[in-house]
Amino acid sequence: MDAILENLPLYWEGLLRTLFLSTVSGVIALVLGTLLAAARVSPVAALRGFSMTYVEVLRNTPLTIAFFFAAIVLPRLGVTFEQFEVAAIIALSAYTAAFIAEAVRSGVNSVPVGQAEAARSIGMKFSQVLSLIILPQALRTVIPPLINILIALVKNSSVAGAFFVLELFGYGRQLANTYGDQVLAVLLGVAFFYLLLTVPLGILASTVEKKVAISR
Amino acid sequence: MKAFLTRRKSLLVAASAALALSLSACGGGTGTTSDPTVAATPTFAAGSTMEKLSKAGTIKIGTKYDQPLFGQVGLDGKPIGFDVEIGKLIAAKLGIAADKIEWSETVSANREPFIQQGRVDLVIATYTINDRRKEVVSFAGPYYEAGQALMVNKDNDAIKKPEDVKGKKVCSVTGSTPAATIVEKYGAELVPAATYSACLEPLRNKQVEAITTDNVILAGFVDKEPEAFKLASDETFTKEPYGIGLKKEDTEFRNWINDQLEEFAKDGSYKKAWEATAGEVIKTAPELPEINRY
Repeated sequence: MDAILENLPLYWEGLLRTLFLSTVSGVIALVLGTLLAAARVSPVAALRGFSMTYVEVLRNTPLTIAFFFAAIVLPRLGVTFEQFEVAAIIALSAYTAAFIAEAVRSGVNSVPVGQAEAARSIGMKFSQVLSLIILPQALRTVIPPLINILIALVKNSSVAGAFFVLELFGYGRQLANTYGDQVLAVLLGVAFFYLLLTVPLGILASTVEKKVAISR
Repeated sequence: MKAFLTRRKSLLVAASAALALSLSACGGGTGTTSDPTVAATPTFAAGSTMEKLSKAGTIKIGTKYDQPLFGQVGLDGKPIGFDVEIGKLIAAKLGIAADKIEWSETVSANREPFIQQGRVDLVIATYTINDRRKEVVSFAGPYYEAGQALMVNKDNDAIKKPEDVKGKKVCSVTGSTPAATIVEKYGAELVPAATYSACLEPLRNKQVEAITTDNVILAGFVDKEPEAFKLASDETFTKEPYGIGLKKEDTEFRNWINDQLEEFAKDGSYKKAWEATAGEVIKTAPELPEINRY
């Protein structure tokens, strides 16, 4: 227990770094994922193709590989970052966006076709149909899966600890190296701090779900 | 479609990078030995460990199998390195030929148990002498004094000594002693990695300026990729005396090994063993450190 209590500041710093990575990546992924989903249902074949390729490649690649690209391969191609956090955010948001795109697409599919047809019949353009009619309904139905993806994102951010970013897991490993006799306590501490982030997200999910639920 | 092509390209690059990593992992090692002369009819005090081993005609030595230049085993199963040469020299003095030595792998975590259980007679495995270990095993030596050093890219001449890394990014393993030293004593900015080999790519990509840990580990990396990396200097800035581990309280055996080590230093076989192995990278041949006869 001493290892945790004496190092609460480290845990706290790790928690903040994890929160930062998750929030920034989460916001980017939500925007990117929604755009990808829109591209996927758009009338332009090239956009659909790009979106499909992106989603399939990223969704079916291990996150570690995505990190490897961002932290190791990109610099080798000449794209260097001052901070490894940037690489972590690129990897996390690119990876998470693929899952968000799929969730949003399933939401879009859940909106009855008649809605889009009705909108088109009164002269709305594709962008209007999507942004005014389909997406508002679609996003409501996909709140629970979206929150699931965000919870997964918080946990996935631990991979950054293996790619030179000192977040919660990174500090956990550092403490485990220093306190070889208290590894179990150190890691339980790490788990506890992750729960601090993820459990409220789950509660938020059920609250929002109740608020915005639509009965069909 | 352009983005797709770019991704394909980066896939290729990554694949070749991964291949390069795995290839470099099994390269290295020089395979040369110093070929010590085996003592013909050595005599020892009755009942001593030396007599027992000499009569048995075999000795069990533990070393590391993954420490290039000191103790490494390739696909052919033959260990090579400076630790291995020291083991051969000692065996030769007992009248045991190199091919009669039974080698086994002793990783950091199993060195003390292996000695205590008698699974090995000696451990020569980049084994730092310290008081906590002396509680359970005895140490002959030190036969070499390792120390913290810096490894940089081949073209980097800006970093020569630890003072040069102040405010610069240096990669090391989180929670390790070298990591703490470089930050607290020399004011470097630590880039934390899980293993020392994980530091190699950021160094190559110039995302960090140097890697720091024991000079022998770094020398192993240089040995594998001499065209990419070099040691900032042959000088080290901490002291890690490497000893030969043996059963606790076998003072007779310990004193005898200490005598032999001094003998090796005198007759030049110590220097020869070094030059055949680690000397390929660390050019300055070490003097035998003062033997710690406790």
